[in-house]
Amino acid sequence: MANSEKPMIELKNVTKIYDNGTVGLKDINLTINKGEFVMVVGLSGAGKSTLLRSINRLHDISKGDIEIDGESITKAKGKNLRLLRRSIGMIFQSFNLVKRSSVLRNVLTGRVAYYPTWKTTLNLFSKEDNQKAYEALQQVDLADKVYARADELSGGQQQRVAIARVLMQNPKIILADEPTASLDPQTSLKVMNDLKMLNEKYGMTVLANMHSVDLARQFGKRVIGIRQGQVVYDGQMKDTPEAVFTDIYNGGDGSEEK
Amino acid sequence: MSQTDQDLMNLPKKKFKIMNLIWVILIIVGLFVSINVTDTHISVLFENFSQFTDIFVQMAHPDWSYSSTVFPLLFQTLKMAVLGTVIGSIVAFIYTLLIARNIVKNKVLTGILRIIMNIIRTIPDLLLGAIFVAVIGIGPVAGIFALAVFTFGVVVKLFYEAIETIDPGPIEALTAVGANKLQIIWFAVLPQIMTYFISYVLYAFEINVRSSTILGYIGAGGIGLYLQETLQTFDYAKTGTIIIVIIVVVVIIDYISSKSREALMK
Repeated sequence: MANSEKPMIELKNVTKIYDNGTVGLKDINLTINKGEFVMVVGLSGAGKSTLLRSINRLHDISKGDIEIDGESITKAKGKNLRLLRRSIGMIFQSFNLVKRSSVLRNVLTGRVAYYPTWKTTLNLFSKEDNQKAYEALQQVDLADKVYARADELSGGQQQRVAIARVLMQNPKIILADEPTASLDPQTSLKVMNDLKMLNEKYGMTVLANMHSVDLARQFGKRVIGIRQGQVVYDGQMKDTPEAVFTDIYNGGDGSEEK
Repeated sequence: MSQTDQDLMNLPKKKFKIMNLIWVILIIVGLFVSINVTDTHISVLFENFSQFTDIFVQMAHPDWSYSSTVFPLLFQTLKMAVLGTVIGSIVAFIYTLLIARNIVKNKVLTGILRIIMNIIRTIPDLLLGAIFVAVIGIGPVAGIFALAVFTFGVVVKLFYEAIETIDPGPIEALTAVGANKLQIIWFAVLPQIMTYFISYVLYAFEINVRSSTILGYIGAGGIGLYLQETLQTFDYAKTGTIIIVIIVVVVIIDYISSKSREALMK
């Protein structure tokens, strides 16, 4: 088991307390290895989003340390922090595309951290990157929408543009924060398949928050259950009985000592 | 079933709030007190009514030969409005990015810059004109500066409110991508706000065209100077020409500008 696996994300005694005193995460210790496909499950407000946003430091944590591929993002500043973030892609529930910009431009934004500011400001993306962006769109079946404005697309298409953007960013890790929560079942499946493709074809480590137990079971290899800011379950998907999910979602008992 | 059979309650009476009545009485009393203190009477309005009709008749027969003098001045006035709008808007654009709390997180900095903006905003345009005439001297340059400062006040106020209501999602996405502050502004903020900005600049321009016609009155350049001259020499036919020309031009510019703004917001 622990032969070729090396830790990609390591959380050490991570605690997050919000300014208003709410405890987001409570003393979390986690190791996620390279190439894993991890599902984070739990009720709304359990701390799933906080966990993901702590990893790329969209949220600052209050205590502990988070290491990305052996380097602490908690202590990183300025350029180092941006370089670490560049190696972590993120997919959002609300897609977070720039709606008034074209699909191509949205995909290219995945690449901005590879360029100096003045080049991006003058829109000097290289020919290869423009081509790469187009190829990324082909990977998610949206080649025909390359010059469409992002707000002309349906929700599912927008999420796939976001996936193309991540592909462009070429990260080691992908954090997916409820990637399918605002999509219908069929589109959800498509988006999850795209994530699977990123995981298998490009070897990216995927960490996804999920509400849908079905999708989580179908795509995840490992499950982490979160309740009230604590990890209450951690195991391989194939060894995880249905009861565990029922437990996590019903706030049941017994799972406290995992 | 049993729900519908059961006696439903009558809508309870809304509680009468005594404070509301007190406020109404206070406002009415205040109105009468202020009439007495300032000695304002509606009769004042009609005292010179015969003169009003007299002058109006004269203005209604405009001196069209005068229009050859009016037009070059009108162009100078419009130039003032354009330059004032452009200068004021450019400064406002940068300034606004510094006071929007979703872009600059430092509350002390945004707070101080906002206080400065609010002070500038309270100065009326004619007073600004007077200040710049005093500082720079009589002429259109004073008017341009006055309009620039005035534009700044209008655009900054509207624009920062627009910036603060943008979708934070793209900012989050660009942060996650590893972009720096300027790249975030360029890729996530600007595409969302440029149409607002252009729209507010056009709006400021509409106001500036109107204000610029009057600025000459206090020596800040433009057609207003002749407005004052003709009025003082009781040359009402010429005044009439000026007023008609101003109205026509302002209406045309207003129309074009507001149509463009509508088109932008689609």
